[in-house]
Amino acid sequence: MMSQQFEIGHYDVAEAIDHLSKEQLLSLYRTMLTIRRTEEQLARSYAGGKIPGACHTYVGEEAIASGVCGHLNHDDAIFSTHRGHGHALAKGVSIKELIAELYGKATGCSQGRGGSMHLFSPEIGLMGTSGIVGPCILQAAGAGYSFQLLETDRVGVAFFGDGGVSNGAFHEGLNLAAIWDLPTIFVLEDNQFATEVAFNTVARITDVAKRAEGYGIPGVTVDGNNVLEVHRVAGEAVRRARNGEGPTLLDCKTYRTRPHAEGMRDGGYRTAEDVEAWKARDPIEQLGDRLVTDGVASDDDLDEIEAEITSEVKAGVAFAESSPWPDPTTVMDHTFSSGS
Amino acid sequence: MRELTYIEATHEALSEEMAKDPTIFVVGEGIGERGGNFNTTKGLYDLYGPRRLRDTPICERGFVGLCTGAAMTGTRPVVDFMFLDFILDGFGELANQISKMQYMSSGRLKMPIVLRGCIGMGGATATHHSGNYYPIFAHLPGSRVVLPTNAYDAKGLFKTALRSDDPVLFLEHKTLLNTKTPVPTEEYTIPFGEAAVVRQGEDLTVVALTLMVHKTLEVSQKLAGEGISVELIDPRTVAPLDIDTILTSVRKTGRLLIVDETFAPCGIGSEIAAQIQEQAFDDLDAPIRRLNGLHTPTPYSAPLEKAAIPQPSQIEQAIRDLMAE
Repeated sequence: MMSQQFEIGHYDVAEAIDHLSKEQLLSLYRTMLTIRRTEEQLARSYAGGKIPGACHTYVGEEAIASGVCGHLNHDDAIFSTHRGHGHALAKGVSIKELIAELYGKATGCSQGRGGSMHLFSPEIGLMGTSGIVGPCILQAAGAGYSFQLLETDRVGVAFFGDGGVSNGAFHEGLNLAAIWDLPTIFVLEDNQFATEVAFNTVARITDVAKRAEGYGIPGVTVDGNNVLEVHRVAGEAVRRARNGEGPTLLDCKTYRTRPHAEGMRDGGYRTAEDVEAWKARDPIEQLGDRLVTDGVASDDDLDEIEAEITSEVKAGVAFAESSPWPDPTTVMDHTFSSGS
Repeated sequence: MRELTYIEATHEALSEEMAKDPTIFVVGEGIGERGGNFNTTKGLYDLYGPRRLRDTPICERGFVGLCTGAAMTGTRPVVDFMFLDFILDGFGELANQISKMQYMSSGRLKMPIVLRGCIGMGGATATHHSGNYYPIFAHLPGSRVVLPTNAYDAKGLFKTALRSDDPVLFLEHKTLLNTKTPVPTEEYTIPFGEAAVVRQGEDLTVVALTLMVHKTLEVSQKLAGEGISVELIDPRTVAPLDIDTILTSVRKTGRLLIVDETFAPCGIGSEIAAQIQEQAFDDLDAPIRRLNGLHTPTPYSAPLEKAAIPQPSQIEQAIRDLMAE
């Protein structure tokens, strides 16, 4: 019953373009391109031996973080995964703080305590990416609990992959959010592989939005490579949450076009043809082409954004390179609230 | 002075703090209108309402994880497990998230969460309702582990827990819940990391944990009649552990026995023994001894249960043996 209240029905790009201002559309484009260019740099830095730890990129999935975070304020809280660079950037972490963190520098967004999988910037609502699959779902429900108790209209958002939905945290988190009408948005990024295990080999029904009915909440399937569709559907989910109408599950279908993690062999579980087919559905190119075709933006507008981001990424690398290492005498700092 | 039971004391602390701080809320199974299986929240639902006294489904991982997110975003959750054994279903949330969150966020997030529940063997509760676990928790950097042994301490320590920005495991031995001590009506708190010298003595130091404090006190009083003077120390918190108070005592007595209901291997007694020999080897007149419960799951049947837990006669023998060394 509830899923019928959530009208997504047909989707019309032209309608969405009409609905959004040029500024909003270019902002979505800029966010996606920021993620892409930053991660391409991270991949180069990894290959160049500058990143000592893991580096899981979000290349191909940028529309989801960008479309969802486009509705959020700094005091809304997001909880992310090991594949969290895109969420961090979309929520407002600067390129240079992200790069510096992966380099292990004191100026990184986690001051060198986290790396790729533990990105924190609570001042702007990035409440952490995580090396463990599942907890972000529960923590986002907990943020919803706080925001409800504090009588605010803030929302909690969990991003997680298809690997997260076979985990008990998915069931427990959605159920708790549902029974208490928590202002939480559960954003599934179904990129079809949990590391290298195909989702359709570990789930009988891969249309996870269907599970929402079992919890009594709306569940919506979205083209996760179409930022305008993600943005529109997320807008309704955020509106519902702010309005006290409870949680929503968004099932965003997407694909990562780089390996699970940089430096890993990307074979034996998917075909090169599949990867190419998904690259042809690139979310950034799709939006860029559409904006130019529809006359919303010119090639020059897009080139200008590209140049700005390229310059910012370059500056970010220089910042990371020149930043100091963390002071070894601080190694125990922050174990407890009063210090070590 | 008026006397309260241990449960009444923590209940009073909780109610007073909830009245002052509207961000405190409690979750657990049956802690809402019903007031908790052990009356930990009796009547609070009427005072503070359903959002602050929230009955949960039976999904420990779920509500521990949810409360982690709540503590990260401006509220102060109290998780009432009833029996602390149930926390193990949420152990990943405790070990990987709660205990590490402040560190991972380089101190920009606080983790004001209290995880409370009953521990301890006795009363035929068998192995899924009798675990102690505090050595495991104390091993994790980032959490406080509190073991109150009487009503007075329970109130003061619970107040500190409720005001702490660090995660606190508040472990209540079920045998102590209805024991009474004087509790002043005036406001007071007890800081973490300050042991109590329960009984002063000259001949031998005993560090006892939770229920064993009471068992050892009985034995010590009996032995005093024979001229054996036991100094009895209750650490009250094992993380942080007040090693200085133990050290001072051992330097005076030259002998140390640690009595602990739970397992010996990798336990609190092992840690205390290691630290004392590192710092006071030359002050010791005898080897440090430990008396622990057996390293086995808790049995149900009375004769087996009795065999698994240190008994007063064994504590007495351990003291006599150590005095003879």
